[in-house]
Amino acid sequence: MSLDTVKRAEDTPDEPQPYAALGMKIDEYERVRAILGRRPTGSELAIYSVMWSEHCSYKSSKVHLRQFATKAPKSEALLVGMGENAGVVDIGDGWAATFKIESHNHPSYVEPHQGAATGVGGIVRDIMSMGARPIAVMDALRFGAADAPDTRRVLPGVVEGISHYGNCLGLPNIGGEVVFDPCYIGNPLVNALCVGLLRKDQIKLAVAPGPGNKVVLFGALTGPDGIGGASVLASATFEDESQAKRPSVQVGDPFMEKLLIECCLELYQADIVVGIQDLGAAGVSCATTELAAKGTGGMDVRLDLVPLRDPSLRPEEILMSESQERMMAIVTPDNIDAFMAICAKWDIPSTVIGEVTDGGRLVMTWHGETIVDIPPGTAVDEGPVYERPFHEPAGQVALNGDDPNLLGRSSDLRATLLELLGSPNLASKEWVTSQYDRYVRGNTVLAQPADAGVLRISEVMPGAEETTRGIALATDGNGRYARLDPYAGAQLALSEAYRNVAVTGSTPLAVTNCLNFGSPEDPEVMWQFSEAVRGLADACKILGVPVTGGNVSFYNQTGSTPIHPTPVVGVLGVIDNVATRVRTGFTGDGDKVILLGDTDEEFGGSEWAHVTHGHLGGLPPQAKLESERDLALVLTEAASRGLLTGSHDLSDGGLAIALAEACLAQGIGCTVSLTGDDAFVDLFSESSARALVTVRPESFDAFAELCATHEVPCYGLGATGGTTLTIENVLEVPITELRETHTATLPGIFG
Amino acid sequence: MSAARVGVVTFPGTLDDQDAARAVRHAGGEAVPLWHADPDLKGVDAVFLPGGFSYGDYLRCGAISRFAPLMGELIPAAKAGLPVLGTCNGFQILCEAHLLPGALMRNAGLHYVCRDQGIRVESNTTPWTSDFTEGQEIVLPIKHGEGRYVADEATLSALEAGDQVVFRYTGGNPNGSLNDIAGIRNEAGNIVGLMPHPEHAVEDLTGAPSTDGRGFFSSILKSWVNA
Repeated sequence: MSLDTVKRAEDTPDEPQPYAALGMKIDEYERVRAILGRRPTGSELAIYSVMWSEHCSYKSSKVHLRQFATKAPKSEALLVGMGENAGVVDIGDGWAATFKIESHNHPSYVEPHQGAATGVGGIVRDIMSMGARPIAVMDALRFGAADAPDTRRVLPGVVEGISHYGNCLGLPNIGGEVVFDPCYIGNPLVNALCVGLLRKDQIKLAVAPGPGNKVVLFGALTGPDGIGGASVLASATFEDESQAKRPSVQVGDPFMEKLLIECCLELYQADIVVGIQDLGAAGVSCATTELAAKGTGGMDVRLDLVPLRDPSLRPEEILMSESQERMMAIVTPDNIDAFMAICAKWDIPSTVIGEVTDGGRLVMTWHGETIVDIPPGTAVDEGPVYERPFHEPAGQVALNGDDPNLLGRSSDLRATLLELLGSPNLASKEWVTSQYDRYVRGNTVLAQPADAGVLRISEVMPGAEETTRGIALATDGNGRYARLDPYAGAQLALSEAYRNVAVTGSTPLAVTNCLNFGSPEDPEVMWQFSEAVRGLADACKILGVPVTGGNVSFYNQTGSTPIHPTPVVGVLGVIDNVATRVRTGFTGDGDKVILLGDTDEEFGGSEWAHVTHGHLGGLPPQAKLESERDLALVLTEAASRGLLTGSHDLSDGGLAIALAEACLAQGIGCTVSLTGDDAFVDLFSESSARALVTVRPESFDAFAELCATHEVPCYGLGATGGTTLTIENVLEVPITELRETHTATLPGIFG
Repeated sequence: MSAARVGVVTFPGTLDDQDAARAVRHAGGEAVPLWHADPDLKGVDAVFLPGGFSYGDYLRCGAISRFAPLMGELIPAAKAGLPVLGTCNGFQILCEAHLLPGALMRNAGLHYVCRDQGIRVESNTTPWTSDFTEGQEIVLPIKHGEGRYVADEATLSALEAGDQVVFRYTGGNPNGSLNDIAGIRNEAGNIVGLMPHPEHAVEDLTGAPSTDGRGFFSSILKSWVNA
């Protein structure tokens, strides 16, 4: 095939081009022609097709996502908001944290190990490109029914991919979720979160200012990985074509990524990087256009200088390649030698491939011939924006009318407790989490199965102020709640993550989200999406925590059947003195066990309805945002005053499961009595804004007074101690039996 | 008197070097960074080879690191009596360098395992274990995919007969190691390798729910004072 140069494009205006195969609609293609005043070259078409894909351009979600900015609460902590590689939050004492969650769903179905591994790699590079040292990861995972044959293919592969890549990088994995539901059988969700730490004065942005500055590509060589991945694999439903697309999944090399992390940190330390961008979806296309568009607007690139793993690659393929472990930096000419020396120390290949210009155009040549000549902003910011139609799904009213309170309730509450505790969603996830290194780097204060991961932040980087602070992170999301009511479902996801951060004694500060939905071309899915975004934006405003960034994953559906709408929400919090963190569950004998918050009869979307009846109907629990805020105030103040000896959030499975998990945390039992008039509701309802805490008897009065001040309902249930979970006049289970039930399930299925 | 100087080696892909250095400092020693490409032991009194995935574990765990320029200095020094401790990948490197006998293979369960593990100290006659009592039961985290200790029968018998098994797993063998071996020493006793991670069990706030790792660092600092 001859080289498709700009000159040739001008000479052959009518040559047919494969825009449709690249995922472009005819009007999008016509728009490219209008922008350029001619037909695009093959390389230009490659750039526009990936940059305007759903994955890169957010063309269907943009109009809704704007609410995260327009409704954003005032936050003094927010240093960098949405639109950059990741949001940055001020956590005090000169330190900042950056965090983000991102999906790698479709690749993880096609090739579970590599799909999940490169999902971790990608989000870690996003964090690095902000100038931060990545310090931890967590993963929110969704699979089909635990005992489904394909889950036995997908789950072990995903876990192994995360385990191998993350462990090899030396990043502790401090939490996350594993949830099973038949709706994810053909569309598992792999949402990877990374958090990084940096000095406030060290934030890096993806910009390319200063004509004459050099464009350096460094990291792994470029090969035929994931070509077309951004637009074809990540954005289109793959129904029965997945076999044909198998080579599209990228392959990761965590060793290279580890070297890249240390190399980047040394470059930042030497302060010789003007701008930096990771190469993720759309690779060189995305990095060059974004850097140029946010800088002076001009860049000359000699594409033939890109070092290749496969020398036969064509320019179009180089532009679309998603080879992993690559970064692009903008460096002043007088710092190039120092830059190269640091890369050499870490054995990182680095190549100057171009320079910043003031011409306002991104120009790429291939052995002297011009193959790209575009205004870069048109690829980055002027992509199509769709206001897709949406309407409430047919059957939504009937679904909401299917009252879970009419379901039969067993009178054997002991058996019900054990049935729930051993069900795949509530059973111990140790089979998964024991494959992750939670200790590396030595700053892990709390990790799974704690409600939130907590990290000490001193000793991470040289040159920063000593601090006693720590950060806390949690992710949550409940697809069943969101299916019943996406507005409330998104709010409940935020509520739970917010509460999980608060029960450790940390103050929630900021939010990241991964919005996993079906096809945006389905108006019913689009309604779920718009409702979820509206709910989340409204809730963020009330809770005072801004969305700092995130990711939208559409087309999670098999045939015409979408997954449950699954907004996964990550919350970052800060604790002033990390030594005051509250541990999960019962931590000593003779403490008072206290329930905070009120319990209503709320079983819609509950774990009980799911496990015992396979039922999904009614409405999810009410989201009580003001109560969540008050509860968090009580928890964080009590923790800082040293009043709490343990805590645990109430969520799936209600009080019964929270009590069982609190006993299992350290093998300390309790004797409690219920306060309501219906033991079943007390034990299994999933009302929000509730938590379990323990205090020493002598602290009880002070704690009760604190609750009264904030008007948080506070019920003394009993005391810790013994070797059983005893609920007086209701049930008694030895901890050994709880543990057997809790830990047997996943090994029984996955070996 | 100045503090004992313990070298902490960093290879490309080493992960637990900062933890090892912190543990040395907490015990009152001075941690001296040693770089794989720099053939200079900097006059240290002892060397800690930390865990990680040096060279991405490519070829075999520890097989490439064994040829690093620094190892050209370390191997003769260790044979001459310099105290050396290798944990996890460091243990694998010591075996690849033939400073310790045997090899570490893929875990019997085929999965990476991270958990808080019961360990019995079988020998306190090394400079790294003198602060423990023989038979002492401790808890240390393990985190590895290739920690199954194997050796031929003759080697194994010699290790057992010569009191060279320093640590054994208790409460369940996590990886299928022969004779439940978690760590061994050389004949002279100055070189110790183990899969568990003492550097992750030295603080109350962070790491494993145990501070039993402190014994390793207090032992080596005392050995140095008494030497």
